[in-house]
Amino acid sequence: MEFFERFAVPHPSPMIYASMVAIGLVVIGIVFGITYFKKWGYLWREWFTTVDHKKIGIMYLISALLMLFRGGADAILMRLQLSSPDMEILDAQHYNEIFTTHGVVMIIFMAMPFIFAFMNLVVPLQIGARDVAFPRLNALSFWLFFAGAMLFNISFVVGGSPDAGWTSYFPLAGNDFSTSVGTNYYMIAIQISGIGSLMTGINMITTILKMRAPGMTLMKMPMFTWSAFIANVIIVFAFPVLTIALLMGTTDRLFATNFFTTTNGGMDMLWANFFWVWGHPEVYILILPAFGLYSEIISTFSSRNLYGYKSMVGSMVLISLLSFLVWTHHFFTMGQGALTNSIFSVTTMAIAVPTGVKIFNWLFTMYKGKIRFTVPMLYSIGFIPLFTVGGVTGVMLAMSAADYQFHNTMFLVAHFHNTIIPGVVFAMLAGLTYYWPKFFGFMLNEKIGKWSFWLLSVGFVLAFFPMYITGLDGQARRMYTYSEATGFGPLNLMSFFGAALMAIAFVTIVYNILYSIKNSPRNIGNDPWDARSLEWATHTPVPEYNFARLPQVASSEAYWDAKKNGHKLFTGELKDIHMPNNSGVPFIMGIIFFVAGFSFIFALWVPAVIALIGIFACMALRSFELDHGRHIHVKEIKEIESQYEGGAK
Amino acid sequence: MKLKWALLVSLTTLTAILAGCEPLMVLDPKGPMAARQASDIMLLIVLMSFIVIAVLVILAIVLFKYRASKMPEDYEPPHIEGNIWVEVICIGVPIIIVAFLSFVSIKSNYIVESAPTGYEEEPLVIYASSSDWKWHFSYPEQGIETVNYLYIPTNRPLEFKLYSYGPITSFWIPQLGGQKYAMADMVTTLHLAADEPGEMMGRNANFSGKGFTENTFNVTAMSQKDFDEWVEDVYKTADPITEEEFNKLLEPGHLGQMTFTGTHLDFSPAPEHNHGSDGDETEAEHDEHSSHDETNEESDHSGH
Repeated sequence: MEFFERFAVPHPSPMIYASMVAIGLVVIGIVFGITYFKKWGYLWREWFTTVDHKKIGIMYLISALLMLFRGGADAILMRLQLSSPDMEILDAQHYNEIFTTHGVVMIIFMAMPFIFAFMNLVVPLQIGARDVAFPRLNALSFWLFFAGAMLFNISFVVGGSPDAGWTSYFPLAGNDFSTSVGTNYYMIAIQISGIGSLMTGINMITTILKMRAPGMTLMKMPMFTWSAFIANVIIVFAFPVLTIALLMGTTDRLFATNFFTTTNGGMDMLWANFFWVWGHPEVYILILPAFGLYSEIISTFSSRNLYGYKSMVGSMVLISLLSFLVWTHHFFTMGQGALTNSIFSVTTMAIAVPTGVKIFNWLFTMYKGKIRFTVPMLYSIGFIPLFTVGGVTGVMLAMSAADYQFHNTMFLVAHFHNTIIPGVVFAMLAGLTYYWPKFFGFMLNEKIGKWSFWLLSVGFVLAFFPMYITGLDGQARRMYTYSEATGFGPLNLMSFFGAALMAIAFVTIVYNILYSIKNSPRNIGNDPWDARSLEWATHTPVPEYNFARLPQVASSEAYWDAKKNGHKLFTGELKDIHMPNNSGVPFIMGIIFFVAGFSFIFALWVPAVIALIGIFACMALRSFELDHGRHIHVKEIKEIESQYEGGAK
Repeated sequence: MKLKWALLVSLTTLTAILAGCEPLMVLDPKGPMAARQASDIMLLIVLMSFIVIAVLVILAIVLFKYRASKMPEDYEPPHIEGNIWVEVICIGVPIIIVAFLSFVSIKSNYIVESAPTGYEEEPLVIYASSSDWKWHFSYPEQGIETVNYLYIPTNRPLEFKLYSYGPITSFWIPQLGGQKYAMADMVTTLHLAADEPGEMMGRNANFSGKGFTENTFNVTAMSQKDFDEWVEDVYKTADPITEEEFNKLLEPGHLGQMTFTGTHLDFSPAPEHNHGSDGDETEAEHDEHSSHDETNEESDHSGH
């Protein structure tokens, strides 16, 4: 291919040209705005170089919300294209690119940063720590994620988006059938942010194992911390598989190796196996922290302790083990034969048992409680029946013989959206509303929040329940159009209306944030929800060092004990607090990774080698750097503390 | 409150539509495999509906009974750690359900993975191969080949040998039974049978690129007599397939329906590795390809 041709979008449409212009204008606007308001210095000092887990969490949160809108725009376009028979809004190629990027963006660049946002924001506070174990590594994780996300997102204006589905099965994703650079973007961008995820996994495990407050044994950890811990253990075991699979895929595409080809000894099924050995645990990486958030929220708004703490922990451990034993259920139809399918059918259905235990435990947590219908609680209540529907349809899919009929149909699409949206997205929105006051110092408006919840729930049911039916009627997934004779029209139109309602719901969430920034009262105290765990024991918004004195813990609900049973959380004298220094290196490494990734995607070997040298240079620099951090002295702490006590309380 | 009603209403509509006037394709089986799958699916829908309703009812009761607005101002919810018997029930009931479903699942697996029983005749072997974005059907017994349409006799087991000249595709005739992948480096086997004559939809269900959506074929089931007549007609009217012609057919595109005498298996045989069929069958398949290198064969197997 001619050198410059590689950078051109292979199948341009007016929509893509419009996006190019829009992206260009937004970038110019942002750069101009920051320069005009002289904010570059502020951004560099407070955000680009920060190693503070709270600020990193907020950056994850903002990125996740942005990507939610990118992935959501993809979704709306798809539903619009399918809203009636023989629509011509998108052609096949464009539709293929859109469902591919929708899947990748939503899983890798929306859901993952969303859970990382909450892990970063909440875990150190819940365990009474001042930061994560490796603050600078944490910043690097974020910037690698961000570099990967940006790299992936420029694909549709430079060189073309990947179009082989988010599962990117070979040989379709190989050079023979995917000739543009699109799939290179897939391989490299996910690789870069995946490395970031792996580092977060190591970081969070260390944090949770080594930095808990005095008295907090493992079985006294709040449930969200438990869920984050298990999710990160899964990350550490699952992500290396993805890393290697992507590496093999990359060398197949760039260096003519034959790992996944169908000739010369390659094997296309190997990719499917690798992908799902990572892909299925990935689902639990997303859902377990969501379960953790629901546990916190349901317990808080029922004003009751979490029912069956031990069985909650046990069921999560069991789920994490089983999650590695079910990957074949993603391709029951690959011809493994009855025995293999039976084994994986049984292991898959077995997951319903620990999941069912959790559902019952949440119900029993509300039993004899005092249930307050706040926005986070509404999401949690909506989650229970909707997720149950997603769960039982999962059991249906696990029946491998029946799965021959469900596989690759809209029934499957309905099922996994039915678990991911009420499971993960609802949890993220519940968590967003629940933890917002802790980090921003004001509440989100409850009334608008309730509107968002109802719009989203009704929209969700309208959008996805019809797919169960069209799936059973023979509508395969990933079809860009269908004829009127199929009879899929009315139900797909219903789906479109549902998707539109969901889009409106997300707009109301943004409106709510803007509205609340302007109108919400600022003096809300430390504990606006009457909550139970340690994160609510410190000031709002949280000071840089989290806790002036480290808390003493005697139960899984340390703060509740302090409020109701007279437990003394903070004892002893103030001491100097040791904090890590900011560093620009993670941000710079993010940029270098971006350059390296871009160079690999387009096979530009000179810049690729230079960038790789740059990465190793940064790592070497770090090895030889002497950085003992800094101390916040008692005098300074007293000043900050008195501001909180005198001011907003 | 609204949520529950919304859910209940949508659930009832769902069942109404499911049980409604026009049967859904998957639940309208025309052969024993699809019938087994449809009855499994109906069993699942009923059983799962009970679970969903049970959860909904418990949730509704709990929310109604323990809502804060109903509670006295000074009500302090008790601290309840958990109760061993309650937990045993919460674990036990799902285990019973899962055990029962596992039993059904395993039984069904062996049924759909073996040749349908109760037929007198030997299975009719049809090689179904996909190329971007069409289907080639070879009838070695009859010595004919079609593109994008499939004629099958009723009341005779059908044994489809699936493979692909490109990306992974999935051979699916919903009313005859579930799908199976067709891949480039091996042959997979799908057992089906049709019990009544009629037209059916068949398609590739696995995304395979730009022309995936239109990658469909028509299936016509007919009596053995009509089928034999069709075969004779083909011999009278169709041209023989040549290697040159077949290679042209493989180029990306859709083509229409085409008919040939002879099969491409003569000059472009199916991949030699056989995947997921019964042990003895694999043996037989290997005997046919006796020229195949023995050591290579073994290493192929260890890969699985």
